[in-house]
Amino acid sequence: MKVFQSRHRGLLVLALVLALLPLVLPNAFYLDVAIRIALNAIVVIALNLLMGYTGQISLGHAGFYGLGAYASAALTTHFNWPPLAALAAGALATGLLAWALARPVLKLKGHTLAMATLGLGIIISIVINNETRWTGGPDGMPVPSFALAGITVEGETSWYVVAAVLLLLMTWLALNLIDSPVGRALQAIHGSEIAARVAGVDTTRFKVRVFVLSAVVASIAGSVSAHYIGFITPGMAGFFHSIELVTMVVVGGMASVFGSIIGAALLTILPQLLQAFEGWEVVVFGVILMGTMIFLPKGLVPSIAQRLRARRK
Amino acid sequence: MLTIEHLSKSFGGVHAVQDVSFAVRAGTIHSVIGPNGAGKTTLFNLVSGIYAPTSGRIILKGENVAGMAPDALARRGLSRTFQNLQVCMNMTAIDNVMVGAHLGLNQNLFASMLRLPAVRRRDAECRLEAARLMDFVGVGQYKDADASQMPYGALKRLEIARALAAEPKILLLDEPAAGLNHTETGQIEELIRKVAQSGVTVLLVEHDMKLVMNLSDQLLVLDYGKMLAVGTAAEVRANPDVIAAYLGAPA
Repeated sequence: MKVFQSRHRGLLVLALVLALLPLVLPNAFYLDVAIRIALNAIVVIALNLLMGYTGQISLGHAGFYGLGAYASAALTTHFNWPPLAALAAGALATGLLAWALARPVLKLKGHTLAMATLGLGIIISIVINNETRWTGGPDGMPVPSFALAGITVEGETSWYVVAAVLLLLMTWLALNLIDSPVGRALQAIHGSEIAARVAGVDTTRFKVRVFVLSAVVASIAGSVSAHYIGFITPGMAGFFHSIELVTMVVVGGMASVFGSIIGAALLTILPQLLQAFEGWEVVVFGVILMGTMIFLPKGLVPSIAQRLRARRK
Repeated sequence: MLTIEHLSKSFGGVHAVQDVSFAVRAGTIHSVIGPNGAGKTTLFNLVSGIYAPTSGRIILKGENVAGMAPDALARRGLSRTFQNLQVCMNMTAIDNVMVGAHLGLNQNLFASMLRLPAVRRRDAECRLEAARLMDFVGVGQYKDADASQMPYGALKRLEIARALAAEPKILLLDEPAAGLNHTETGQIEELIRKVAQSGVTVLLVEHDMKLVMNLSDQLLVLDYGKMLAVGTAAEVRANPDVIAAYLGAPA
């Protein structure tokens, strides 16, 4: 019953924050940051379902994000596909690719998925860089704006509404999943794979499913981001972006949906704030991350929640 | 219920279980005893599908299940607990028990994500049943606790609750009294008896002789992977080979 209540309370708080935020933010620059945070948070929540809840590490999620982005860009630009169809095609292709990779890899034990996704991410990145005709290569390519049924999404305010609604939807889906038979099976795989199997959980199948799910979400978020930003470069599919996503999960808190949002927010804002350090921002950034992991080893949200609970007692 | 025929398992040159045969009748408590390293846990891991046997057959309700995966065995009504606890410390106590009921619940990813009414209703029933099982095994006070906050003795019982949540026909208990004090052992004995009375066949590995002798309908004694004796508690106690193995007296 406690879980039931806290789930709805959390969603309500998130909805209120998202609704009130535009009233507080002074100008379009901040709104832009908020949109980027929301779109990142969607990917991070999906990655957290895989990493934090199921205990499987992906070092190639930016590859899936990039696939979605480039599928949208290439199909709308070169073939005049409607944006929604391009988004769906990108998500479908990403899902199939993730499934084809995960089926053989996840039958093996250990951190094989981390290595396989690392490789796949690098391959995707290389293909995007080399297929200049379709992707613009290292120079990147422009993406037309998103239009559906004659309505074009334009301007920060409309995009903010889209991003906020998508984030709320993702949060709701993720919270539902965690507190469900499938969600418990995933967490049991993390806690004790052997216990999960003895309880009848087909562990390989569930690992594959959650991996495909998180890859597809990353692809959709990539498509939406591409339309929002309007110009994409191979960096968004690169290894460093994958690491950035993993860092957002870990800093915000493994196995915490709201932690994913906080992690995405912090790591999106921090580099902007640290520009004052001129050249030293990467060092300061590193120190902050190290400090978080030393003093709040479970990540921001779970560690703080634990302290609050301890104090109440 | 369960018949083991000429079961063997070797790890390289080590013959952990050699040519073991026995039968467990439905509704009884059957114990496996033997000195350390006798192959009891290996035998359990074979029966529960963690290891595949080198040779031999395991017949569960008329079907040869040797080499089947644990989740396939779970579907056939076999459940177990572990000597070294396998509780999911990342979850709450009651969620651990609910994992045991996995096979009886909706396993569709989308139904779960959308929290369809049927899923929600069945999940609520499952939570009530899990709470009832926690009371049954005597860990009712931890219903709101995280598994990581529970003491060792309670975790052992929580594992039994999780195994029972699967509504097994046969339950394998791997040293349920290990690490427990005298009082706790007595309580576990009561619990195992209650489980057996509820109609679940029990296969038990245990070092505590008093517990084993009190509970078992049939005993199997292993030594160095081989069968030393089979019979009732009285028969086994009187067997000179068993006495020799346990006391080290010259045979």
